[in-house]
Amino acid sequence: MVNSDTNERVVITGLGVLAPNGHGLDAYEAALRGGVSGIRFIPKLAEQNFACQVGGVPQGVDEIKGAYLGADDLLAMNDAMIYAAIAGIDCWRDAGLRAIGPDAAVDWDTGAIIGTGIGGMQTIGERLIPTVDKGRVRRLGSTMVEQVMCSAVSAKLGGLLALGGQTTTNSSACTTGTEAVIDAYHKIRTRQIARMIAGGAEGASHYTWSGFDAMKVLNSQSNDAPERASRPMSATAAGFVPGSGAGMLMLESLTSAQRRGARIYAEVIGGQVNSGGQRDGGSMTAPNPDGVVRCIRAALAGAGIEPGDVDAINGHLTATFADPHELENWRRALDVEAARLPPINATKSMIGHALGAAGALEAVATVLQLHHGFLHGSINCEDLHPKIEPFRASVVDRTRPFTGRIIAKSSFGFGDVNGCVVFRRWSH
Amino acid sequence: MNEAQITEKVIALVTPYVKNREALAHVTKDTTFLGDLGINSARLVDIVLAFEDEFGIEVSDDAADSIATVGDAVKLIGTLTA
Repeated sequence: MVNSDTNERVVITGLGVLAPNGHGLDAYEAALRGGVSGIRFIPKLAEQNFACQVGGVPQGVDEIKGAYLGADDLLAMNDAMIYAAIAGIDCWRDAGLRAIGPDAAVDWDTGAIIGTGIGGMQTIGERLIPTVDKGRVRRLGSTMVEQVMCSAVSAKLGGLLALGGQTTTNSSACTTGTEAVIDAYHKIRTRQIARMIAGGAEGASHYTWSGFDAMKVLNSQSNDAPERASRPMSATAAGFVPGSGAGMLMLESLTSAQRRGARIYAEVIGGQVNSGGQRDGGSMTAPNPDGVVRCIRAALAGAGIEPGDVDAINGHLTATFADPHELENWRRALDVEAARLPPINATKSMIGHALGAAGALEAVATVLQLHHGFLHGSINCEDLHPKIEPFRASVVDRTRPFTGRIIAKSSFGFGDVNGCVVFRRWSH
Repeated sequence: MNEAQITEKVIALVTPYVKNREALAHVTKDTTFLGDLGINSARLVDIVLAFEDEFGIEVSDDAADSIATVGDAVKLIGTLTA
């Protein structure tokens, strides 16, 4: 039992992002402010007869990866691992920690929880299955396991940075990235470790996206207009757009951050994950509304704030039938009239749905908004969904200044799992 | 293919796996893959596959296990391609 009086405050001292609409904090912030879509036509999806032929993929990775990773590293890394490494190294450097490299000593005070949704599917699809099916197992070489194991994304980053704390991967479908932040928050808060890199990474493989396409949950209506394809909260939302990339946050105890004079972006003041049990409207693919409401309320209670203290919401908002339900669940959780819901935006409108990386990419967006004082507009929701019309005043449809102190970020995933994390503008 | 040509190709094939880049500058036939070049032992499997592809040979597991130095590899490949 941890005495709550001894809990640490948890702050964010570093960020890293590799998103479809920008690599690095400056580029990502500019893209968010400017409503820049990272969604593009993906020829491979057309070749393979996908209904949805657009997606969000970080650009220019082949040109920069050599500056982050050695030739021997790259021989055993799939896209998800490369994305995690680039964003993770950026995050580490942004936090102002020691130089990295083979001679760096183990940092026993830092761990990592880097989630992924579908993991090494690219490697499994492109190399493992075709080779094994030909009876040529020997030809797989030595690099399969480290790329297909679920923890590939955290294990590789842990080695690159010489992390000595717990280095692990969580997976809870589309809640993954947010769950990683929450788990890291609890570890630091209860003094188990000084720092954790928390985040998520997802590769850009058509194999990863195929099952979603077959479920008809991807938008197949906008192949000729990629930048308009991801339409959260829109009346013409027709499914989500698959995305990829990685987002990383360095969570650190306030004591450690102050001791080393680190720059502080924001504070994590609470977080909750739960499940709706796949009952009462919940299922493998849809959330039990009561579970969502409980999750949000527990996150706020844990943060020691009232519903009225939430100044803005970064939603899950994928552009499926679930968007109106999400707003209604938030309304219930905060116990307000629809017109009084705090401002809410959907980062997925610009980057698509990066699955296991989504919550992390959106958490980075949330922290940047708090730190720099703006709310980014959600694009492609000019034609608001009729059921969201009562919330019109709350939908942030163009970028604007923001002076609020608290933003709550939610994520929901297959398995009827929920996550809600609460960030506060940093002040002593 | 003569010994010098094989040696040149062997060095090129192992280069991506070499962690100790300085050691590449003065490779001799006694240079060891693991100790001198700092290659991860797990990657020897991949290097043998690369030899097989490049030289059109098949390397048995026992033969692969006998490769410790650049000279070992060159000698083995020379025998298998003779």
